[in-house]
Parts: sequence; C-alpha cells; structure tokens
Amino acid sequence: MIKTIQTLTRKSWLAGLVVLALVAAACGDDDEGRDPDAPIRIAMVGPSASNDLAFTQSMVDSLDRLGQEHDIEVDITDGTFVIEDAAVAIRGYAEDGFDIVLAHGSQFGGSLSEIAPDYPDTYFAWGTSADTFGLENVYSYSVKADQGGYINGVMAGHLTESNIVGVVGPIEVGDIKAYIDGFANGVKSVDSAITVNINYIDSFSDVALAAEAAQAHVDAGADVLTGVSQMTVGATGVANDHGVIWFGSQSDQTPLGEDIVVASQIYNWDYQLGEIVDDLLAGVKNGRVITADFNNGGLSMAYNPGFALPSAVRAAADETEAGIRDGSISTGYE
Amino acid sequence: MLIGAVLAAGLIGAVMLLVLGANPLTGYAALIDGAFGGTKNLANSALKAMPLLLVGAGITVAFRTGVINIGGEGQIIAGAILSTLLVLALPDVPRLILLPSAFLFGAIGGAIWGGMAGALKSYAGVNEILSTIMLNIIAVQILNLLLRGPLMDPGEIERGSRIPHTERLSGNADLPILPGGTRLHFGVIVAVVMAVVCYVLLFRTTQGLRLRASGHNPFASLYAGMSVKRNVVLAFMYSGAMCGLAGVTLVFGSEGHRLATDGGATTFTGAAGFNGIVAALFGGLHPLWTIPASFLFGALLVGANAMQREVQVPAALILGLNGLVVVFVVASLQTRVRLAQIASRLRGEEQADLSLSDEASSAEAGADTS
Amino acid sequence: MSDFFTATVLLATLASGIRLATPFLLAALGETLGQKSGVLNLGVEGVMLLGAYGAYYATLRTDSVLIGIGVGVLVGAFMGVVYGVVTLALKAEQGISGIGIFIFGLGISDLLFQKQVGTPTPIDGLGHFSIPVLGDLPLIGEALFQQNVLVYVAFLLVPALWFVINRTTFGLNVKAVGETPEAADSLGVSVDRTRYITIIVGNAMAGLAGAALALELAIFQQNLTNGHGFIAIALVYFGAWRPSGVMAGALVFGLIQAMVLQWKTLGIVVGTTASIVGMFPAVLTILVLVVVSRGTGAPAALTRPFERGH
Repeated sequence: MIKTIQTLTRKSWLAGLVVLALVAAACGDDDEGRDPDAPIRIAMVGPSASNDLAFTQSMVDSLDRLGQEHDIEVDITDGTFVIEDAAVAIRGYAEDGFDIVLAHGSQFGGSLSEIAPDYPDTYFAWGTSADTFGLENVYSYSVKADQGGYINGVMAGHLTESNIVGVVGPIEVGDIKAYIDGFANGVKSVDSAITVNINYIDSFSDVALAAEAAQAHVDAGADVLTGVSQMTVGATGVANDHGVIWFGSQSDQTPLGEDIVVASQIYNWDYQLGEIVDDLLAGVKNGRVITADFNNGGLSMAYNPGFALPSAVRAAADETEAGIRDGSISTGYE
Repeated sequence: MLIGAVLAAGLIGAVMLLVLGANPLTGYAALIDGAFGGTKNLANSALKAMPLLLVGAGITVAFRTGVINIGGEGQIIAGAILSTLLVLALPDVPRLILLPSAFLFGAIGGAIWGGMAGALKSYAGVNEILSTIMLNIIAVQILNLLLRGPLMDPGEIERGSRIPHTERLSGNADLPILPGGTRLHFGVIVAVVMAVVCYVLLFRTTQGLRLRASGHNPFASLYAGMSVKRNVVLAFMYSGAMCGLAGVTLVFGSEGHRLATDGGATTFTGAAGFNGIVAALFGGLHPLWTIPASFLFGALLVGANAMQREVQVPAALILGLNGLVVVFVVASLQTRVRLAQIASRLRGEEQADLSLSDEASSAEAGADTS
Repeated sequence: MSDFFTATVLLATLASGIRLATPFLLAALGETLGQKSGVLNLGVEGVMLLGAYGAYYATLRTDSVLIGIGVGVLVGAFMGVVYGVVTLALKAEQGISGIGIFIFGLGISDLLFQKQVGTPTPIDGLGHFSIPVLGDLPLIGEALFQQNVLVYVAFLLVPALWFVINRTTFGLNVKAVGETPEAADSLGVSVDRTRYITIIVGNAMAGLAGAALALELAIFQQNLTNGHGFIAIALVYFGAWRPSGVMAGALVFGLIQAMVLQWKTLGIVVGTTASIVGMFPAVLTILVLVVVSRGTGAPAALTRPFERGH
C-alpha cells in the first residue's frame, strides 16, 4: 500500500499545487488605514462558541448592546480554544487595522503581551485579568465575580433544606475562583454550619464529567447547586433531573432549566467597552485595569421569572446587593 | 487521485452546506483566500504546517517499519516539557547553545515517550495503538500537574489569577523570526530539514533499509538475522523524536513563548499529533512528499478558520471533510490496485502481471501493519 | 478519608461508576464483536459522536427518547455500512480508515450541531427506571437498580454477546473468520458477509453508546464523547476479547472516575493531586496489558483483509 499511495499521489501533487497557486494569485491581499468618520471596528477573539450561554456569549451580547449606542462594525472569531489559533487571529485583526481588538480569555494574555507592542496604534483589551504589561494600548478587564457569587450564596443559604450545597467548577482560575469563593462565603454568612462542597473538574469542556460531579454532589446530599463555564450544561441536566435548584453565573442560564434556575449573575461588559470606546474617540491611550462591579453596572442579577422565589429570600438578596453596593457587606474574597 | 478525493469530499461538503442553508461557494472562496491569499496568509499556513510536517515525517518512519504511531500527542507534550524544563533551568545560556540544546532535549523527550510504546510492543506484547492512547492520556495529566503546580508562572500565583502556564520563557530560546516581514520562524527550516533527514534515514542508510525490511516482511527479516523487535523500538524512538521536535517549535515558536494548558488535551498541540498522521497519508507516506502535503493541510486548517470568521461556516466542516479525504484516499488506492490486478489477469499479460505483483504484494504488506 | 467509607457514599460511588461505565461498555462490546471477526475499528469515537448528535437532535425535535435511541442506532449502523464498504469491498487499511472516520465524525457532528441547534438546549433525557422489587432493596437497590434503561441494556448485552459468540453457529463463524478466514471460506462460510454483519452491529452499538451518553446528559456539545471511543477500544484488549473481561474493564474505568469525583467532592483530594489520580486508569491499563497480553486470544486475522485465492 505504501508504495502505491506514493506513486499515485506524486503526479497529482504537482497538478494540485499549480491549481492552488493560480487560485491564490487571483485572491488579493488588501489593507487600509482608519477613516475617522468610519464606524469603529471592533474584533473579538473568544475561546468557546458565541452562543455558549456563558463567558463568550456575555461579550457578544455586550457588543450587540454597544452597537445600539455607537456606529460599530464587529468581527468575531469564536471557538479558538487552541491558544496559538487565537494568537494568529489577534495578530490578524491588528494587522487588518481594527481599532479595538478584544482577546476574550485569560489564557490569551501570554500571546497578547508579545503582540501588543507591535501594534501601538491598536487598542487591545483582554480579560479577565488585572495585568496590562505596562503598555498604554493594553486595557485589561476584570469582574468582581465574588459579588454576584455572594448574593447567589446568600439565596442558596436560605433555600437549602439539607444544609449541603454543591459547586461544580472547571479550573481554579481568575473570575471563576472569585465567584466560587464569594458564593461559599455568601452561604456561610447565612449559616456557618452549612456544608459547601466544591468540585473543580479540571476541564472547561468535559460535559460528562461535569454531570457526574453534579451527581456526586446530589449523592452527597446537596439540594442546591451552582457552577461556572460552558461545561455546566452537563451539571444543569443533573439538576433538572433531580429537581435540585441551580444558580448561574456569566450569562443568564434560565434557558438551561426553566424550573430550577433561581437566578444568574450576568457579566455586562458594556461598562468596560464604553470606557475603552470613550478613550478611542477622545484619541487617548490610557491602558489600565477596568473592573466591573454592581455599582458601575458591569455586573447585575437576572432572576428567573418562572421560579417561585420566596419573597423573604428575594428581599435578602436585594438587601445583600445593596450592602455590597454601599460597601457595608464584604464578600470576604481576597 | 488525491485531488479527486479532495474534490469528492469538497462536493459532499457543498451539498451538506446547501442542505444546512449556507452558500458553499462563498464558504470555499473565503477558505482559499484565508489559506493562500497574500504572503501573510501563506506564512500562517506554513506555520500551521510546521508541526504537522515534523509529526508526519516521523510517522512515515514508523509506518514504513510496520507500526502505527498514534501517540504523537503524548510525544509532542513530552518533548515540550523536557525542553521547557531545560530552558527554565538555564535561562541565561547564550542562544547559540541554548536553542540547539532545547531541540535536543525535545527530541529526547519525544523519543523516550515513543520508545516506551515501542518497548511495550516488542518486549511485553502490548499493542501499540493501545499503549499510545494510554501514554497520551498520561502525558496530558503530567502536563496539567506541572503547569498547575511547580511550573506555574510565579506572576500568576502572585496576582491570584492562576492561569496554568509557565512564565515567559527565556528570550535566548526564542525561535528567530525569518526575514521577510512575516511571522515565519526558524522552526519551519528545522521542519523541512528534518523531513529530509527522515528521507535519508529511510532510503539512504543501512539502518533505513533494515527498518523498511522489518515493516515489509518481518519473517524474512528475522531469517536475515535482523532484530525486528529492536527495529520497532528504534522506529518509535525516531518517530517520537520528530514529535518531540514539533513540541519544541510549538512552545518556543508560539506567540506567548510559554508552555500552556487549559486542562484539555489539545491546548497547545492543536491536535498536531493526529493531524500529522493525515498529512503523512496525504504525502503518500513519503517524508519528502509530506512537505507539500503538510503545507496543503496546514493551509486548509488556516483557511477553515477564515471561513468561519468571514462567512460563518463552521471550521468543523473542514475537519469533517478531512476525515472523508482520508477514507477516500485509503479506499480508492486499494481499488485501483485491485482493478489493475483483475485487468492484468484477464489480459493474461505476463509482463503486466510481473510489474503489478510488486504493487499488490506491497499493498498487502501495508495493510498488514499491526 | 473516613467520610468516604460510609455506606451511602460508597454506594453512590458504585452507582456513579456504573453510569460512567455504560457508554464505554456499549461501545467496547460492539468493538469486541468486530475484532472477533478480524476487523479493527479505530473510528468508534467518531461514530459515537454522530450517534450522540443524532439521538440528541431527534429527541430535541420529536420529544421522544425512543426515537432518539433509534436514530442513534441507525446512524451507527449507517456508519457501519460505510466502514464495511471501505474496509471489506475496497480493502482499505483498517487503522487509517478508522482514523478517517473518527475525524469525520468529530467535524460533522460539530458542524451539524452549530448549524442546526447552535445554543446548548436541554432535552428531556432518559428518566431513571426502578426495576420492580430489586429497585426497592435497601442500600443496593438505589445504586444498582434505579438506573436509566440503557444501563440495563448495556449490562444485559454482556451475557447476550457471550452467548452469541460462544453458543451459536453465527458466533462460530465469527471466530473462524477472525482466526483463519481462508479455512472458514473453504468450509463455505462467507467471510465478507460475516464481517459486514459484525461491523454493522458493532457500529450500531457505538451509535447506541453515543446515544446513551447524550440522553443521560440530556445535552449535546462539541466533542461530547471526549475520548470515550478510544478508551473503549483499549478496553477490548484489556478484557482480552471476552465480554466479561470488557465489562470488568469498563467498570474499573467507571469506578475509578467516580471515586476521584467523590474524593474531590468530599475534599479528600484537592488541586494537583487530582491529576495524579487522573492518570491512574491509563497506567493501570498498560500494566494489565503487560501482564495479560502474552498469548491471550487476539484474533489471528485482526486487521488483515481477506482475499479469496491467496
């Protein structure tokens, strides 16, 4: 077989390469600079699918809203879980003259720190992170995810009857750790005797493992669950199955369980995007860490209207949110 | 023939797109432009092809010796880890010494990981498909263990963001960018040179002759006094070393100049360990023909991303079609050999029979690889 | 650690391990049948993905789990026909064709999902079915006999497959074709027909394995199977081509995964320790293969195409 493949493919190669060369020659490569009156060109590179009901979607939704306020043109590359593919896309967008390039994933920072110095005219933003590499054209955005985690935790603490609460996490990084630690502290603030079992499954994408982790929590007696990242669709399936209530984060996860999702903390990147666009329009580069919280509108709660949340618990949540806003309540994170 | 397989797969893909309500013409136009349109895209295609070529050329050595190496992923990781450890330990060694040493360590790492599969096959009778699948899993776990533990960037720990990657590795180990204004780096040259080395090894040395003889007819080789077992181990070590080199280029030629993971299996390899097999097959399992084959395959992968970006046709389509091409190529070659055989038998031409019998017997030898 | 050794936790781990073992078991039993007749199918992972997507999509559209299971099996059987034509009629090299099928399934299931569904939409998956009497047994009832229906199917297929292989004429033919196809042929057994049947049934079981995964999870996502198919192939060797051995292997894999999850949940292992435990099944498989692999009944004609008159 080896020999025959070799002899048969050899001839077709040359023919094939000639055809490809001709096609390539017909396709031009065009670059142009920025016209100040043209729409603001924003590119985004995201790790998972644009409609993942989680991290990537939260940014896509924010860009949609930004489009209602400003004249923008958006280009998205999603599903780039391979870091080097993302780096190629980030550099490609900068090269193509996009005004703002969003590297929407903390794992892209290593590449961005090398790319950004090559394109001083481009505004780069990445997150979640708190590091701008000392570059004035790099903005980094982060969220105080522990705030919504704490609010969810307070509700969870009130709603649990078994006094056992489960968390399904991916990898212990950045905003995910913040959310989960905030959640655990919120639960404990209601009753420090409540057990919070936390299970990091070491994967952002293994749905089957997430489901089994959720099952392990249920087996351990948990009647309230929460989780973060796109693999949680596996965990919400188990929650639906057992009628265990669920708290979401990053995007509104109500579609994953009309009957069991109580509330979700939503990331609205509108605030951070607004700050960067304002800088762009003013013509200044002022690379900095922009942190979203409940006060600046970067975080908000979405309650599932289909879930009969006792009014006392809702009141406790609202009270907690107010306390976080005015600083009278600390989430105990950091 | 190969072009026929590509066209047939492309046609099936076009029908699928039509059924799914997408326009195949704009999709394919975006793909070709993204892969070949302009020097930058061509350079990106070449960069994507680089690890595929290293893995693929190494795979040809294994295949020719009669073993299937699907452990490329694990061998890439092993090479990447060993070279990264070296550079982390000795960051200040001058580039002229550090960079070649990194390549050497990468090759050793890959050779050890590949050699384990070879030794398990030769001396413990463990099927290599199985052992390589398991060794892949083990390598990923070791990578995660190191990056979330001792090798994690101290800056990440300090900031509390805890992203599982190493610190920015020493600039002395950066693969130099080639002149010409593109991102092409020295790794591309290493890949091409090593493909040639594989060719020389296989076809211009006694060692290569022995390896190919083991693959072609293990029993005859045994009679000729060759150690088939030893050759299998050697073939896996060569193949693994090539994968290890791919790991080095993926780490030290990456934009981030770090070793990274997301807990999954393909974070930094981009599935090169598997795609390299396809590239080797495209190249007719010949190290030199694997060079253009990898380039074409790399270009398809780069073009697929452009297609997804520009006309919202998922890049997954191209992945699926690549699978079809593989099936078509393997299936149709055998058909042709067989048709020719039947034709020659019908004609009863002795000469035709003679010239074809060689092909037919090698077809069987190839099919009998495990 | 003492938290772990309580009856409820141990039984929960057992139940979880059985659930996790089910897709492995279904796919590995199908692969066993194919290999017994001399055909290696490395494409299991791809067929599982297509079966999983087919089952998910059909259930999403029709709200019927039964139709979902049926579609999963049919998709698998169809891929079996394709693989049969490629490896039997066209005599393509089995190892590489299988890799091609794997890549095809990985890409196409993702493409279809993105184009037809897009955002992850949950379905009503397989409910849990409590076997009368047995399901009510104290302690073990819940662990063993309150699973979804495909779990029972998978474990019932173990003796069924053993019976077919060892106690029926068809099974004899399968073994003959897998060991000495020339002799079988000379005795009037159609090698190709026997292999077509094993391949189609084997792939249908891979499709069912995918369906079991998607319907248990009640969701589909890109690369849902995440390597299940490759481990299933390893389990065939692990189990030395015996259905009972394959079942033991699947249970070992499932139980170890379940145990690690329970340990993490209870805080017994944390952080990087989990990676060490995570590689344990793979190391164990290699060790088992080293110990048992010598002279344990690999079908002699495995991966060898049959050609009459050679």
